[in-house]
Amino acid sequence: MRIALATALAVSLASPALADWQSTLDAAKGQTVYWNAWGGDARTNAFIEWVGQETDRLYGVKVQQVKLSDTAEAVNRVIAEKAAGKDGGGSVDLIWINGANFLSMKEQGLLHGPFVAGLPNAQYLDLSPGAAASVDFTVPVEGYESPWRLARFVFAYDSARVSVPPASMADFAAWTAAHPGRMTHPAVTNFMGATFLKQALIELAPDAAALQAPVTDAAFGVQTAPLWDWYDALRPNLWRGGETFPENESIQFQLLNDGEVDIAMAFDPAAPAALIEQGLLPETARVFVPEGGTIGNISFVAIPYNAANAAGAEVVANFLLDPATQAHQQDISVLGSFAVLDPAKLGPAEQAAFNALPEAAALPTLDALGPTLLEPHASWMTRLTEEWARRYTR
Amino acid sequence: MTLELQSLCVAPNGGKPLFNPVTLSVPAGGVVTLMGPSGVGKSTLLDAVGGHLMPAFHTSGRVILNGRDVTHLPPEARRIGVLFQDALLFPHLSVGGNLAFGLTPQRKGKARRQAVEDALAQAGLEGFADRDPATLSGGQRARAALMRTLLAEPEALLLDEPFSKLDTELRSEIRGFVFDHLRARGIPALMVTHDPGDADAAGGPVIAL
Amino acid sequence: MRHDGRALRGVVLAVVLAGLLAPIAAGLAVTARAAFGHLPAIGASGFSATPWAMLSDLPGFGTSLRLTLVTGLGATILSLLIAGGAVAVLYGRWGASSGRMLTPILAAPHAALAIGLAFLLAPSGWIARLLSPWATGWDRPPDLATVNDRGGFALILGLLVKEVPFLILVMLAALSQIPARAQLAAGRSLGYGPGVVWLKVILPQVYPLVRLPVYVVLAYALSVVDVALILGPSNPPTLAVAVTRWFTAPDTALMLPASAGALLIGLVVAGTIALWWVAERVAMRLGRRWLAAGGRGMSTGPGLRLAFAAWAGLMALALLAVIALALWSVAQRWSFPGALPESWSLRFWMDARWVGVAGTTLWLGLLSTGLSVILAIAWLEAETRGAKARAKWAEGLIVLPLLVPQIAFVQGLTVAFLTLGLGAGMLAVLWAQVLFVFPYVMIALSDPWRGVDPRALRAAAALGAGPWRRLFMVRLPLLTRPLLTAAAIGFAVSVALYLPTLFLGAGRVPTLTTEAVALSSGSDRRITGVFALLQAFLPFGAYAMALALPALLFRNRRGMA
Repeated sequence: MRIALATALAVSLASPALADWQSTLDAAKGQTVYWNAWGGDARTNAFIEWVGQETDRLYGVKVQQVKLSDTAEAVNRVIAEKAAGKDGGGSVDLIWINGANFLSMKEQGLLHGPFVAGLPNAQYLDLSPGAAASVDFTVPVEGYESPWRLARFVFAYDSARVSVPPASMADFAAWTAAHPGRMTHPAVTNFMGATFLKQALIELAPDAAALQAPVTDAAFGVQTAPLWDWYDALRPNLWRGGETFPENESIQFQLLNDGEVDIAMAFDPAAPAALIEQGLLPETARVFVPEGGTIGNISFVAIPYNAANAAGAEVVANFLLDPATQAHQQDISVLGSFAVLDPAKLGPAEQAAFNALPEAAALPTLDALGPTLLEPHASWMTRLTEEWARRYTR
Repeated sequence: MTLELQSLCVAPNGGKPLFNPVTLSVPAGGVVTLMGPSGVGKSTLLDAVGGHLMPAFHTSGRVILNGRDVTHLPPEARRIGVLFQDALLFPHLSVGGNLAFGLTPQRKGKARRQAVEDALAQAGLEGFADRDPATLSGGQRARAALMRTLLAEPEALLLDEPFSKLDTELRSEIRGFVFDHLRARGIPALMVTHDPGDADAAGGPVIAL
Repeated sequence: MRHDGRALRGVVLAVVLAGLLAPIAAGLAVTARAAFGHLPAIGASGFSATPWAMLSDLPGFGTSLRLTLVTGLGATILSLLIAGGAVAVLYGRWGASSGRMLTPILAAPHAALAIGLAFLLAPSGWIARLLSPWATGWDRPPDLATVNDRGGFALILGLLVKEVPFLILVMLAALSQIPARAQLAAGRSLGYGPGVVWLKVILPQVYPLVRLPVYVVLAYALSVVDVALILGPSNPPTLAVAVTRWFTAPDTALMLPASAGALLIGLVVAGTIALWWVAERVAMRLGRRWLAAGGRGMSTGPGLRLAFAAWAGLMALALLAVIALALWSVAQRWSFPGALPESWSLRFWMDARWVGVAGTTLWLGLLSTGLSVILAIAWLEAETRGAKARAKWAEGLIVLPLLVPQIAFVQGLTVAFLTLGLGAGMLAVLWAQVLFVFPYVMIALSDPWRGVDPRALRAAAALGAGPWRRLFMVRLPLLTRPLLTAAAIGFAVSVALYLPTLFLGAGRVPTLTTEAVALSSGSDRRITGVFALLQAFLPFGAYAMALALPALLFRNRRGMA
């Protein structure tokens, strides 16, 4: 951590551009920003394309999405470039990033920054220590990545087939026993599958507060013991006997749509409503959350240390935080992702744009989602997936 | 024009010679016939004269064409034409295109077309310039092949069992056609054959390998 | 003339060594060093066996290895059996030209067919939908593992769909080199049944000619990533998929065991091919005695018919898979158990986003194929002028890129290219594509090249045509059809390439394949259908051109048919 701070300081001193937004805009003009983002969601892809059109129109910055099937592809590319001594003119300008990938890049000094405080639209963010936009999986962001969309873990079900969804994570065991083969979760190697386990861990752990500290062997044993008991009861009644799992949450939504399972999960409360609109879920699909709330986090964008178009990338990051952009993004017909801005910092004009947004039957209100639970420290996720693999991969 | 072979001999690399050294001289318009059992190396001898020998063989002796030593020249520089038992007209070209293939590039445009037309007329193939060679009869093909060879203005000709695939009636007709043209142009020819009739028709000396 | 040939040979060899082999070697070296703990980019240096210990300790490693061997060997042995039997029936009924019937299947990339098959076979798939609920009574899909099953059967099936037609095609090509018809007749006149003649006379001659393609199939089946991702088991997956996952895991420390795993796949491929080679010798020894024993009684008719039926079944599956993709691409909603979509939409075709991607794919395909064909012609012409048979080592050199698993060197190759100052992008992708396109073009072109009647070239030489005129005016025009076929095969390979395009393009060179595979990790089968269908259509267009163009050019030349 001390090393990270030291490099942070060094980089910030070495980047006078951050001090002067106008010079950033000048430098960015004419650049094409290669935004590396997971490409499995057509609506996100369309949104990114819209962003590019807008930044081109407003600032002369073009955006080219590099569609990833896994964020780690972009991380590997930066690693490959560093291995080849390519410390400038890198091919990755902007990455949609979270959690473990962020931690990994930050620890290895692969990120440009800190740059967030220098963005004009950062004024709408709550950047106080401990605020949702300042912490990514308990890892302090420290200005190395900029928020752009709010993610809340939710479940989806088909109300035509399921009358009463499970009320709590503990309840899933009883529910699957009553409905064997009708529920699964994405592979735990996938972020969403791991989140399902984390959500259960927060509810089942004897002391949830312990999860906010880096994991230790002792804490792991104590805190996860109830989780494994629960999972051992759950697994035999999962889809295909819990022996195989869908690759990611999109595949699981496909299974829900095909009727192979009755429950799916997403990190986006608007996902089911959006999928209904696209014809990818039945009209009767609805959102539910277990009582006590669900894990929430914010999706970020980061800039690699060797990005060829860092100025352009900052302009794009700033545009993403514009209240008008955030309201557009929250529109159910666009993305339906909740804004990351602090409502208290918005003026009446900015508020109005949010109030005018349309509603949908499958779109839950913010209140209905209950409290937002903090992500456990990133080290828990690594241990959790390792332990899961050790126990259930034969 | 004369074609001379001086102690010409072919051997596989590091092997024994295929036949005793051959020395002969073919006068202008004359035909020398080579005969002998299968596998004795008749065709290989022709390959050596024409320059088509595979690198796995090597030649000793000399091939002299009009006083010019062509033994080590590539085949395209020797000016020695070949007729095989198949006409081997190029299937991707028209009949006229086949004839023009052998024609020197110095003759251009109208003169070129005229030369092809004249040659076709001599072969009784008037108006065949645009025809597909695959639609020709065996005799027509053989005549077209000879005309193609002659248009390249060879100084000598090699005949590798050229008539063996033709039926008896056609054979004597084509034989006459080929030998008449050779005599008329004074081109020396070396012929390999199994058919004593060919040798009789050629009228020249017969050498047994 | 000899000197000319030597110079050409030198140039070609230099291009192949520096352009094709050095990158592979460099890529392998980076992977191998990482497998022994040396990868400075993630702060690992020095040499140790730790990555191998980490690898063997990773959960499910043993199962992954077993799965790889079972699916790889199973798919190869089954495709060889089915192809060997089916080709007898095909050749008997339609002759060597029956290969043309296979081109649509060969044209469709593995990934596109796998995506279609996954939908076809799933418990909620099209087959189940066509039979439900009237025949099965299912109003919701049953909980059956018909795809991604733990035994890897769906994966084997997915590999068979592509490998069987490939082997049939190379067998038909081999059959055209031996007087098969006359030998069949001769065998039968000696009192052997047709199936027995096939087994005892024809196949022993065909096998040596198709040995190399069999090795290519074996190497491919043992190291395939995209098909295994779509149809294979997931917990744990095959070794190649597991290695890809570790390479792309957030925890970069996993790159070390991933490299060890990648190297292990290379060793597994090498070891399996060696074992196969030994098995060939043993079979030959035993077979010779059996051949000479004179037995005529063993009836192989039912076996051949079974193989033919299996082939027909596979082709039906492939056809249904493509139709399913086409249906999805124009569907709006299509839910279980509807036999057809309940609402339709053309919006994914109207949305012109695919046009640019298809354009990039087309250009890459044309350029990589063009370069490969030129290089192949140069190589073959150099051989011709040297008038030498191809040395065994040269044969091996050509197919090396097809035998070394891609996963073992693409990440290293990326680093090697970057070190050369050759940034990721079109040029790097083009280079990497030629690496894989060239071997296929060479394989497709070598036999027809040697099949050109040498007397035609001698006739041309005797008419005064020098080596270049003989090449351009005689040999190449005579080879128009095989040249176009080789180009179509090369083009199809280029279109289907996934890992090299992804890694060396730094994701900036989107092709139909990279987009289709990325989209197949999402939930929208409709847009996946559009891209997968386009991905299949481009190579199909190339094959159609390869058939139609010579027919048009030589419509007045019967001798070129």
